[in-house]
Amino acid sequence: MLEQITSLFTPAVLLYLLRGFGITLKVAAIAIVLSILFGTILGLLRSYAPKPLSMLSGAYIEWFRNTPNLLWVMVCYIAAPLPSDWSRCAMAYVLFTSAMMAEIVRGGLNAIPKGQFEAAYSQGFTFLGTLRHIVLPQCFKRIVPTMLSQVITVVKDTSFMAQVAVAELLFRTKNLMSIFYKVVGRQITTADVFLLFGFAMLLYFIVNFALSCIVRHMQKRGKTNKT
Amino acid sequence: MIQQILTPWRWQNIFADWPLLLRAFLVTLEAAVLALILALILGVIFGLLSTSRSRLLRIIARVYVEFFQNTPLMIQLFFAYFALPYMGVVLPTFACGVLCVGIYTGAYISEVVRAGIESIPKGQSEAAYSQGFTRMQTMLLIVLPQTVKIVLPPLVNQCVNLIKNTSTLAMIAGGDLMYIANTWATNGMASYGPAYLLVGVLYFCLCFPLSKWARGYEERLKARHLVQNPAAGAANAEEVTA
Repeated sequence: MLEQITSLFTPAVLLYLLRGFGITLKVAAIAIVLSILFGTILGLLRSYAPKPLSMLSGAYIEWFRNTPNLLWVMVCYIAAPLPSDWSRCAMAYVLFTSAMMAEIVRGGLNAIPKGQFEAAYSQGFTFLGTLRHIVLPQCFKRIVPTMLSQVITVVKDTSFMAQVAVAELLFRTKNLMSIFYKVVGRQITTADVFLLFGFAMLLYFIVNFALSCIVRHMQKRGKTNKT
Repeated sequence: MIQQILTPWRWQNIFADWPLLLRAFLVTLEAAVLALILALILGVIFGLLSTSRSRLLRIIARVYVEFFQNTPLMIQLFFAYFALPYMGVVLPTFACGVLCVGIYTGAYISEVVRAGIESIPKGQSEAAYSQGFTRMQTMLLIVLPQTVKIVLPPLVNQCVNLIKNTSTLAMIAGGDLMYIANTWATNGMASYGPAYLLVGVLYFCLCFPLSKWARGYEERLKARHLVQNPAAGAANAEEVTA
């Protein structure tokens, strides 16, 4: 068994797979940072902007929330005005995840009583000042666990890029099966296939499990703080 | 792509092939319904296991949930479709897709069920035991009926996710809406714009009523204070949404 593992995971194979995982993490990181930014703006617009603007952002949120992420990966892969294939896919994740984040932010904003605004105004805060110093900090404190769950989803959904042949982890795992002889120098066996998939699953699992442990920890702490 | 969407003849083309797309839409629906049934069965079973008294059963449920929630659906699907044949297990494409989406969503539903059961105060089951109910009867007659109201919104949200996730069948040529629209555009006049827009609208028509209903229902529950801690309730609901 050990021999099987060492003969399969040569430095070249490991490097090939880890580079793929690098693309996975890169796209996920870009998507997460930008979608938290855009999602917060959209969520604020949805909750507090005057009618046409809030309806527009509402339409955006509902449209993207209720269509598959895979569709947007395929659309952006063909149509996005960006140079490299992974950046076009990243744009799809930003479009989709922004809507998800906006909905989470909206949920957080809903939980904040109107009285807080009135109290802040009475103390001479402007609208933006109230948002920045009073409303948003409370909102984010509440929604961070939920946002992290969405982050897990983003990391998992990056595997959709395999559909448009971006060489991320899943694509490379599957690709190794077809170029196995050339890379490893022997015929592929059942154990090899299982080891390859197991390795890829393990990489995804480590990242996502760590994130979900943080989520659980925060939720537990949040609950004990309140009681 | 936008130019394509504004070109009438491309739309004429796609609507001329409506039987093909209708069939694909029905395949998506069928996959969603079958996967949902599987996911509900698995979800209730593992949800009950994760609240059972036996440590071993709880661990089994935990492993199931953690594994399927923390690895991508796509890799599970590829494993079932490309790796299992090496073991001599060859699943038909459609069955493979339904199984994977069902088992994957089952992990999320089991968390919904668990949260629902845990939200019922312990006193209720203690009261039931004192009246001579068995554990099974307490679960089926006292606890589970009360959870239904609370778990419905997150459950419907999971259903929306499931419908969206059936689009992954496209990656193993599952004959669903996403796949057929994509191959139609690739093999035809490259009318990607209209094809993708139509696919988006169809998925939206399936998902939007469900997610709108779920949100409305949850807000009504909150208004009636049936979800005791709104923040925790929302966080749980969203966590399982993700």
